[in-house]
Amino acid sequence: MNRMAGWQFLDLVEAAREAGSKMPGDVRDLMVTRIYEVAGAICQKTVRRATRPARDWDTRLDDILTSRLLGYPIMLALLGVVFWITLAGANVPSRLLGAALFWGQDRLLDLFSWAGAPSWLTGVVVMGAYRSLAWVVSVMLPPMAIFFPCFALLEDLGYLPRVAFNLDAFFKRAGTHGKQALTMCMGFGCNAAGVVSCRIIDSPRERLIAILTNNFVPCNGRFPTLIAMAAMFFGAGLQSAAALSLLGTVLLGIAVTLGVSWVLSRSLLRGIPSFFVLELPPYRKPQVIRVIVRSFLDRALFVLVRAATVAVPAGALTWILGNSMVRGASLLAHVAGFLEPFGQLIGLDGHVLAAFLLGLPANEIVIPILVMEYSSAGAMVDLGGLETLRELLVSNGWTPLTAVCLILFSLLHYPCATTLWTIWHETRSARWTAVAALLPLAVACVACFLAASAGRFLCAG
Amino acid sequence: MPWHVRPGPAPASTCCTVALAGNPNTGKSTVFNALTGLGQHTGNWPGKTVVVAEGTYTHCGMTYRVIDLPGTYSLLAASPEEEVARDFICFGGGNATVVVTDATCLERNLNLVLQIMEITPRVVVCLNLMDEARRKGISVDVDRLSSELGVPVVPTVARTGHGLPALMDTIASVASGRLATRPLRVTYSPEVEALVADIEPRLSAVMAEVAPGISPRWVALRLIDGDPGLIEAISERVNRQWSQDTRPRSAARSVAARSGIPA
Repeated sequence: MNRMAGWQFLDLVEAAREAGSKMPGDVRDLMVTRIYEVAGAICQKTVRRATRPARDWDTRLDDILTSRLLGYPIMLALLGVVFWITLAGANVPSRLLGAALFWGQDRLLDLFSWAGAPSWLTGVVVMGAYRSLAWVVSVMLPPMAIFFPCFALLEDLGYLPRVAFNLDAFFKRAGTHGKQALTMCMGFGCNAAGVVSCRIIDSPRERLIAILTNNFVPCNGRFPTLIAMAAMFFGAGLQSAAALSLLGTVLLGIAVTLGVSWVLSRSLLRGIPSFFVLELPPYRKPQVIRVIVRSFLDRALFVLVRAATVAVPAGALTWILGNSMVRGASLLAHVAGFLEPFGQLIGLDGHVLAAFLLGLPANEIVIPILVMEYSSAGAMVDLGGLETLRELLVSNGWTPLTAVCLILFSLLHYPCATTLWTIWHETRSARWTAVAALLPLAVACVACFLAASAGRFLCAG
Repeated sequence: MPWHVRPGPAPASTCCTVALAGNPNTGKSTVFNALTGLGQHTGNWPGKTVVVAEGTYTHCGMTYRVIDLPGTYSLLAASPEEEVARDFICFGGGNATVVVTDATCLERNLNLVLQIMEITPRVVVCLNLMDEARRKGISVDVDRLSSELGVPVVPTVARTGHGLPALMDTIASVASGRLATRPLRVTYSPEVEALVADIEPRLSAVMAEVAPGISPRWVALRLIDGDPGLIEAISERVNRQWSQDTRPRSAARSVAARSGIPA
């Protein structure tokens, strides 16, 4: 750059600043006012408005959807219906996919034995990697392919900002930002996405609270686990009962979000909630096909590919751990045995805790790992559907109480590795990332312990 | 996948860069989706925590790179979204800026249009949600609006794709310079105008080197109202140019120091 021009620029900056500060009134305000004047004048010349009724239909709809009396029941009913559709619709395709993929497993076994592959290779590739992949696809794909588009349709209709509006009062009472309701809704899709969406909250204190508590709503990785548990242990063939227990789980997650936010805003992150303006956008007819295609491509397949890439190595690793013998027992059995007393204390067992540890990369694979743990030692089980899974779990000492504790632990425990990495990326602080992992873990352990103790007390009494 | 939008001229010679600006909830993303189809990515703006999507489409043999800027109500306040939008319009080297507006509340939307027209003359106004406006009994005189603003105005219903071919044609004309615009100039108080008349000609020489394509008048206005963000952004560019010369760093740093910004 020309040296003269550079210095000239400096002088200009200074001269302009000085002259501007000498002007009467706030220069910027005056400029903005002027722009609005011009915009108003242009509109007067170009826009014509037919006389229309004072309240049109979307204002009336807002009066119902955000009313004190009907707002919450409608919200709960919509969520319940979405769950019911997911549970009812996912059942059959899940079973078909499972049957097809496990037929593929048998063919793979045939191929390996025909080729004379060593048994360890067959174990790692087929019984480890392929089986957990098959499980992830058959159990996760159908519910996601239904749940995501349903949720996206509600989003596209313009309903989600109304949810934020309804929940604002709660979040304000918890001492946090009303927009946390929106970031929480994003968390239902994926906690990592939810954490990123916390950027919409301007105040650092409230943003941090929203980041730390985002994990308490179940993401897509955990929904299949929760759905499977609800269907197996509380459905008893009734989809509506399973949907209700799922709804209860989600409400508990929201309650814990609010509770932990309340505690945080009165202890570690003290402060007063800031105000914000939430624009309720007009309702719009959703572009159904586009929404379904996009939510399937962007969310369902994205989560599935991520789960599959983690499931393959994790499945192989679990098989190796489950079949490497050290002093008469497998490595996995040693780990599970070590964790067993603590697991029993909180209503679970060592295998479940080992599965959650191995499932840190992605919550999706906790159940597949658990299945491998239970089945790798014993006889080979054919996992065609949820009924066989239920038998496997019951034969390993599971009761409905175990299922409750697993649901609680899955709902409340530390976020997956991707989310933790995102939290570190957003906060740039190892300390807050550690808090984000340990705080939920503590909450999960306490909740499971309480549930297990209460359950045992009731059964004993 | 981490992926970055690089501000800068378009890579190939047969490629134009088009920025998509607009208020939130104007259907900007719908316009973006309708233009680019499935050929799009999302990425973070380098150094800023704002998500920006980019996509491409082809029209009459030319490839257009579309940057979906974050939705903002203005370019004056200091939110990160507004900064990203402003910086791209100023320094992004776009060939045209499309401002998506909501026909049902045009007045609020025109605020942003007028601000963007102060920065660059290559503006196309996309008057979206025409169906909703009709439903609410609002009619807009498009030709009159276009002649008042001095830039082309294209009515669209992005949801159904209505008006998009016309939008693409208009973008092509404005980006190539075939359609010369004459954007309306908002005039301020006589004191401000006198000061602008004094500063603007002297600024032109510097701005031609640092950021060609931005109106010196607009920069003069921002200097007068003391926009720290913009002064910083321009200082950064002056610094960069200086460090390419053999000038010592201290001189470069003094740009920031003298304009009251911590280096």
